[in-house]
Amino acid sequence: MTYFIDRRPNAKHKSAVNRQRFLERYRKHIKRSVEEAVNRRSITDMERGEKISIPAKDISEPVFQHGQGGARNIVSPGNKEFLQGDKIRRPGGQGGGGGAGEGGASNQGEGSDEFAFTLSREEFLEFVFDGLELPHLQRKPLKSLEEIKMVRAGLARDGVPSRISITRSMREAYARRIAMRAPIKRALKEAQEALAAEERKDPVLRNPARIVELKAEIERLEKRIEAVPFIDTYDLRYHQLAAQPQPSSQAVMFCVMDVSGSMTQNHKDIAKRFFLLLYLFLEKHYEKVELVFVRHHTAAREVNEEEFFYSRETGGTIVSSALNLVNKIIEKRYPAGQWNLYVAQASDGDNWDDDSNICRDLLVKQLMPQLQYYAYVEITPHDHQSLWHEYETVAAQFPERFAMRQIVDAGDIYPVFRELFKRRLSQER
Amino acid sequence: MSVTRKPIATGSDWNFSVLERFDEELARLADEYRLDTYPNQIEVITTEQMMDAYASVGMPVGYHHWSFGKQFLAVEQAYKRGQMGLAYELVINSNPCIAYLMEENTLMMQVLVIAHACYGHNSFFKGNYLFRAWTDAESIVDYLVFARKYIAQCEERHGVHAVEQLLDACHALQNYGVDRYKRPSPISAEEEAKRQDEREAYLQTQVNMLWRTIPEPPAGMAPLPGSLHSDDDPLGLHSGGLYPSEPQENLLYFIEKNAPLLAPWQREIVRIVRKLAQYFYPQRQTQVMNEGWACFWHYTLMNRLYDEGKVDEGLMLEFLQSHAAVINQPGFDSPYYSGLNPYALGFAIFMDIKRICETPTQEDREWFPDIAGSPWRETLEFAMRNFKDESFIQQFLSPKVIRDLKLFLIVDDDQSEMLEVAAIHDERGYKRVREALSSQYALSVREPNIQVVEAAIRGDRSLTLHHIQDHRRPLGRSVYPVIRHLQQLWGFPVHLVSMEEGKVTRRYHWPVEEDSKEVKP
Repeated sequence: MTYFIDRRPNAKHKSAVNRQRFLERYRKHIKRSVEEAVNRRSITDMERGEKISIPAKDISEPVFQHGQGGARNIVSPGNKEFLQGDKIRRPGGQGGGGGAGEGGASNQGEGSDEFAFTLSREEFLEFVFDGLELPHLQRKPLKSLEEIKMVRAGLARDGVPSRISITRSMREAYARRIAMRAPIKRALKEAQEALAAEERKDPVLRNPARIVELKAEIERLEKRIEAVPFIDTYDLRYHQLAAQPQPSSQAVMFCVMDVSGSMTQNHKDIAKRFFLLLYLFLEKHYEKVELVFVRHHTAAREVNEEEFFYSRETGGTIVSSALNLVNKIIEKRYPAGQWNLYVAQASDGDNWDDDSNICRDLLVKQLMPQLQYYAYVEITPHDHQSLWHEYETVAAQFPERFAMRQIVDAGDIYPVFRELFKRRLSQER
Repeated sequence: MSVTRKPIATGSDWNFSVLERFDEELARLADEYRLDTYPNQIEVITTEQMMDAYASVGMPVGYHHWSFGKQFLAVEQAYKRGQMGLAYELVINSNPCIAYLMEENTLMMQVLVIAHACYGHNSFFKGNYLFRAWTDAESIVDYLVFARKYIAQCEERHGVHAVEQLLDACHALQNYGVDRYKRPSPISAEEEAKRQDEREAYLQTQVNMLWRTIPEPPAGMAPLPGSLHSDDDPLGLHSGGLYPSEPQENLLYFIEKNAPLLAPWQREIVRIVRKLAQYFYPQRQTQVMNEGWACFWHYTLMNRLYDEGKVDEGLMLEFLQSHAAVINQPGFDSPYYSGLNPYALGFAIFMDIKRICETPTQEDREWFPDIAGSPWRETLEFAMRNFKDESFIQQFLSPKVIRDLKLFLIVDDDQSEMLEVAAIHDERGYKRVREALSSQYALSVREPNIQVVEAAIRGDRSLTLHHIQDHRRPLGRSVYPVIRHLQQLWGFPVHLVSMEEGKVTRRYHWPVEEDSKEVKP
């Protein structure tokens, strides 16, 4: 007796629970690997999984087993030149023979292997968000691949009345009327001709019964022609909508960072996560996101990402130089009418004292009117300096679009964007 | 060619009706060979489902545990990077016998798998004495369902973490959850569920009895040699003999029945792990035989299909190629060598038994007077039914197979500087090679021999185990994590003593001895 069963449509992801349990149990290890990956990767490159390695000894499942040493017998196949009594030097390091036939004896301990596996894209982002303490409500929209927009996609026979296509419905009705009336009209014409022929005959030869019959027929046919409806539910055509992934348009994100001597690599790593989060957000909502990296000390320069995060300079700090440069780049390459402009600035709060009010004026008069959002983080555990205070007045004037926050570690970043995310979410509803 | 070929199907695509027709043919041939099988339940699954099945060691329903997730990730990683092809089939010892076919197999592969799993493995499960004695094909699936439900309930009641810790500890000892010599009572899910509450209550009273009242020492029983207390105890208060009175090899059973502090649900989970370990126990001991038997039959059945013209040359060539790959045995010095291939060894021995029966040589008559010239089908059946790897090799590994595989024996003694080739495939070596290979497959040699010798019910409730050492082979480094798990289950200090020829060679303690001294008043 044999039964065949097609199990393919059945429950997928049967191991999902076990997989989650495993990830949960080794959270610490995985988090460390994810942090490393974030530091290593470009911020435009967060959209894929990551290979994670955990030292095999940390996750081994111990069982009693024999260790090295003592005497043992090993039977192996494929003898070519050995004779009984031959002595062989031990193969380098490890005890001989490689444990022939001892199934499972090598699944742990010796060799200090890495246990490697791949996190899926979602799992990877989940770990990234975890470090940023992103609320769960916000995670999903960031992880989902595409925005969806409904677009017209041809016609359908059913739909809601508001989507009726009048021209197409009328055309259908017209065609149906022609098709339905044609045979009746033909019959009518024949009947009328027969009647005329009958009536043209000599009155003696006329067949009155035939005439009555033909007249009745004509009347019936005329009624039938009339009965063909002008429009029928059958004719109705509706515009159909199809869901199409549709990021809305284009945006440019300016990453502005202070690279003066006081910014350490640790500061920069935190800043990277700050830029990363904004980037992930923008990427979800715009078809095209361009990144512009502007770094500054006393003078500002546009650089590539690598240089932005990993090269060091020394010297003082003039923030307005960067803002000026941003403004120039906007004028030249990203006219505000065509681009959504976002600026994210990270700094440790240092600035020449008399430069801070220049910054404020620049922001209030030139930049803020053009920008969608300006986010500023001050990565320092110390007291605020003049820049912070000047920015506070800017924030007061543009409470919706200007966000600032002092942060000490990555978990403090999200509140900077809280307004931005909140607004987006309410728009989606 | 004498037969006119009317292949059931050609090409590499398959569909269910074609598979059914092939299965009918295979069933007819299997019947002709008197293969006794359970009904087959053949399930077609996707790659991902196959990885799932892999991760849960082939149990169709499993309880949740992180280690299965780890297994899944490892399989997935290896598969995606092309380091490992998935097995083409997986078969479960149950009634009906469940076999999985992967959807992306070619037609040839599906037919091969049906022959291999549904008639080869299936008849082995039904016939071999170990499976008959140790597993209950009727009820295993029900029992797995019961286990899964019960463990899920415990997780709800006591928390995922508590259950996970317990399972970790049990898994560490699961190879020691089997009675090696007596037949266990069959498991039945219905009964389990019905009697479970009863048992919970009963077990607890048993344990309480054990620890509350001190058993009367049997009259005239002398303190056992090596007993820890004999000299310092002139009044004989402690001379009541050891508990347990005989060493216990089934550690999980001993824990389940005697661990003083476990809650009833914890005992039940220990029991579940123990029962499942027992279910897999025969499989661990019959790998060579089981695979060899299945390979023998897929080879035989496929050839018959070809002889009868049911398959075309193309399919047959594809089959031969994949058959050759399955039973390939690289030499020890090959970069592809990873131990003896059980498929190759088992197939070689079964084929050789057939040869000895049909066309025995003078050598065969000397070595196998009983089976040389006997009807091969009966002899093969006898070999399949009544042996396990260890005894099967001891009984049936012939000089010819030793020569064909060029087997040789190396003695690796850490006291001598060189390895010694102790025997090769020649007249003087056959017996030694056979003996050594046989013991290489003996579980008692493969796994350290560890037994409970004393639970100090009159003392500090510590548990003492003996490791009987063999050829000075010490325990691996994993011993500490394992006895830590053991200590968690037992609830009191655990001592493990390695002994060789009555002499103590090493002691392991958990908690590590200094700590436990501090704790004591």
